[in-house]
Amino acid sequence: MRLFSFSRFLAILAKEFIQMRRDRLTFGMMMGVPLMQLLLFGYAINTDPKNLPAVAVVAENSNFTRSLLTAMEKTGYIRFVGAPVDEATSDLMLRRGEVQFAVHIPPAFAEDLVRGKTPALLVEADATDPVATGNAVSALQGLDASALIHDLKGPLAGLEKGAAPFEVRLHKRYNAEGITQYNIVPGLMGVVLTMTMVMMTSLAVTRERERGTMENLLAMPVQPAEVMLGKIIPYIAVGYVQVTIIVAAARYLFAVPLQGSLLLLSLAAIIFIAANLAVGFTFSTLSTNQLQAMQMSTFFFLPSLLLSGFMFPFRGMPVWAQVLGEALPLTHFLRVVRGILLKGNGWDDIWPNLWPILAFLAAASILALVRYRRTLD
Amino acid sequence: MTAVIDVHGLVKTFGDKRVVDDLSLRVGKGQIYGFLGPNGSGKTTTLRMLCGLLTPDAGSGTCLGFDIRRDSAEIKRRTGYMTQKFSLYEDLTIRENLDFVGRVYGLGRLRGRVDAALDRLGLAGRQKQLAGQLSGGWKQRLALAACILHEPDLLLLDEPTAGVDPKARRDFWDQIHTLAGDGLTVLVSTHYMDEAERCHEILYIAYGRLIARGTIAEVIATHDLATWSVEGPGLHLLSAELQKLPGVDTVAAFGSVLHVCGRDAELLEKSIAPYRARADLHWQRTSPSLEDIFIQLMAGLDNNGAPRKRATDESARP
Ligand SMILES: Nc1ncnc2c1ncn2[C@@H]1O[C@H](COP(=O)(O)OP(=O)(O)OP(=O)(O)O)[C@@H](O)[C@H]1O
Ligand SMILES: [Mg+2]
Repeated sequence: MRLFSFSRFLAILAKEFIQMRRDRLTFGMMMGVPLMQLLLFGYAINTDPKNLPAVAVVAENSNFTRSLLTAMEKTGYIRFVGAPVDEATSDLMLRRGEVQFAVHIPPAFAEDLVRGKTPALLVEADATDPVATGNAVSALQGLDASALIHDLKGPLAGLEKGAAPFEVRLHKRYNAEGITQYNIVPGLMGVVLTMTMVMMTSLAVTRERERGTMENLLAMPVQPAEVMLGKIIPYIAVGYVQVTIIVAAARYLFAVPLQGSLLLLSLAAIIFIAANLAVGFTFSTLSTNQLQAMQMSTFFFLPSLLLSGFMFPFRGMPVWAQVLGEALPLTHFLRVVRGILLKGNGWDDIWPNLWPILAFLAAASILALVRYRRTLD
Repeated sequence: MTAVIDVHGLVKTFGDKRVVDDLSLRVGKGQIYGFLGPNGSGKTTTLRMLCGLLTPDAGSGTCLGFDIRRDSAEIKRRTGYMTQKFSLYEDLTIRENLDFVGRVYGLGRLRGRVDAALDRLGLAGRQKQLAGQLSGGWKQRLALAACILHEPDLLLLDEPTAGVDPKARRDFWDQIHTLAGDGLTVLVSTHYMDEAERCHEILYIAYGRLIARGTIAEVIATHDLATWSVEGPGLHLLSAELQKLPGVDTVAAFGSVLHVCGRDAELLEKSIAPYRARADLHWQRTSPSLEDIFIQLMAGLDNNGAPRKRATDESARP
């Protein structure tokens, strides 16, 4: 026997091509998915987010303050959502992640300014994601007298020339040193869970079908919900092990300050794990072989990774990408985990991001049960 | 006789192919029915419709008194279905597989039942072996044990003895007869004629249609097939010659004997007369075997299941 026979090699080659062509769905995914993702992510990703939501706390309403706020918006980096609020509200909004910045204008700002006392205005930034806030912070700190150009008239005109007549003081909250790990490690929990949970369950029913054991299973008196729950619950346990490992690593390897309740975290995690398992189960009812199931998982995982705010700042994405991102459970879970671990969020704070995960879980479970075939038709 | 299976006008279409075509069945309690038919004739499909694994496109009926469309859960609880392809878990051990099946059916005294099933199978010593490592015949035995574990009222067996050695096949059939004696009804598909002969009745389908049913004697009698056996040298060549004669429908070799069959007894006799005169051939009128009947039935149908114009008629013309 020759070591390498060209005709034998051709035989294998031809067979592979035939098989590849026959599995249309897989083939389509191999061709279409990269293209779609290229476009999706090419347009969606932006590491220089603009128009970040901010809120103002104004102790004194004067021409100066109004001009100042307008000048801040003109940098293009921040956008005030609604009218100025009081201290407590701004604190809550920051904690819940509704705004990225809170701008505090102190009392007697105008007066101090006029007297040349260089009043300080305080910019509080939610710095959990240092990447998201970096450029905005520089832009705000670069504000100078030109911001007030219309108001510096008459005797004040001289202020225009010198150093800025006011000081911008920055207070980075939640991650003062801007340590990227603080943001990444908790987020990683969501990413790891999405990847493994969806993939494992997407194989669950597909494997039965591919191995032929589905026929026997269906011939026995089992109900779809029994199959689904029975297949999902072992992985919830696996998910919990992962959560524990990541929390321990966050604490002991990366020294991430754990602010919030771990109990609350585990409650949120169970909902998130279940939501991912339900997605996986739905995939496994849709695919005809394990390869397809894997591809569907990837198809779900990549947008989760890129559009959820894990890799790139969520607020930097165009609106359509944010809408897509809001539909993914990982987006909400990231906010929940970061909220609990970094900001010490409580139940009330995380609920706005918890119910979308619950809704997602309900929708995916219903879809999975509807798609689950009780027959071989 | 209470009908355990009573279905009418079952139809199942895959794509544009009618795989089961207007099939009606009545099966009585405590009887063993042999389900016969060539490959692709729709046996597996029919069995799947009976136990609710496939939804018929048309037709209706009952299985164990339950509607096959509405009450498939009830039917499944009382039926043991053994699939043609091994469909237990290869990565579980023999015992784990049986435990699993027993729990799904919610069986009490599970341990005892599984022990009994293992003993009956002669698998007790190998209960810790993975099912995937069993040889083909042993897999079949395990599958059978699994589908009778919950003591069903109806057994649907799809080629249960394919690849099983003769001794095990005999044991298996003895067991089936014992179960039937206790009132269990069995519908078993098979390609083995000796197994067909061990059934109380046979159902023969081709192209999704039931074309013969009854006891073996009845089937042989209704098909009134003139049959001759011939022995002698050069049967191989002889067979080809005989096939061309008018009145000869089928010629089939059984070991060192040829069976020559025809529906028209007179024409057949006339055609073979010159060969009967040959001294080296030993001719004998016999009764047809079941297999002769089936080959005859198949020869009479073309690939679409329509009655075929007999090939012998045409080739008979010079
Ligand atoms: N899921 C399916 N999709 C398409 N065609 C199918 C499907 N299942 C069966 N068929 C077709 O239906 C026909 C009948 O198949 P079936 O398995 O019922 O035959 P069978 O009598 O059991 O054959 P065998 O003796 O080989 O087991 C075959 O032609 C087969 O190709
Ligand atoms: Mg079959």
